[in-house]
Amino acid sequence: MRYALLVLGGPYSHQAAHSALRFAHAAIARGHRVETVFFYHDGVYNASHLAAPPQDEPHLVDAWCDLQRTQGTALQVCVAAALRRGLLDAREAERHGKSGASLEPPFELTGLGQLLDIGQTHERLITFAP
Amino acid sequence: MSEITEAPHGDLLVMLRHAPHGGLWLREALDLALVGAAFGQSVSLLLMGDGVWALLQGQGPGPLGQKGSQSTFEMLEMYDIERLYVDVDSLEARGLTRDDLLLPVIGVSTPELSTVLAGHRQIFNF
Repeated sequence: MRYALLVLGGPYSHQAAHSALRFAHAAIARGHRVETVFFYHDGVYNASHLAAPPQDEPHLVDAWCDLQRTQGTALQVCVAAALRRGLLDAREAERHGKSGASLEPPFELTGLGQLLDIGQTHERLITFAP
Repeated sequence: MSEITEAPHGDLLVMLRHAPHGGLWLREALDLALVGAAFGQSVSLLLMGDGVWALLQGQGPGPLGQKGSQSTFEMLEMYDIERLYVDVDSLEARGLTRDDLLLPVIGVSTPELSTVLAGHRQIFNF
């Protein structure tokens, strides 16, 4: 099965992101593919490369990046939801006159049309919300 | 008696379950609905639970600088989003009636919700 995940919960504040990651690992262990994760609403905070959790806690941002590196999972972030919450890649940071970027590859900023597209091109789209 | 006169159908169903002003749920759910409609999809909304508060009349801009939900809901028709389902039990539980609402809605009883959900190809739950 080709899965896509929609993550609406911020990291650590809610269980949603933890659950989404655990679902991804379980699905992959069963031989499925998790092709895309889309971050929307407070879920966009999962893409902040500035996150620095204590070393004895799971590092969610690194875990998403691992998923991309090992499985080729696309990590897509809604640009409108990201910008209003301070998640900017280098291009957006420059465009808005900000001194630094908070989002970098493998996360990519994209539009909501992409989320609708994902719903049509994957066999299942599972939502993880707080 | 059921108010559903034709079988619910559509490409996209956006469910609104949060009250309008405590967070961005409503705003970002409606953004998705509007994008779907702009892409030519047939879009329906379903308001249930605290989501029904969003349709209360007079939801204008507030002291926190939010835009208010009224203006966005008034845009729905322009985008051809005309099917607005509301869980009537959620209305009643909050002491609300149709007269309190800003737009005409299709009332849905709790047992009919599954029909509405089954009639749509893609569902997003906010």
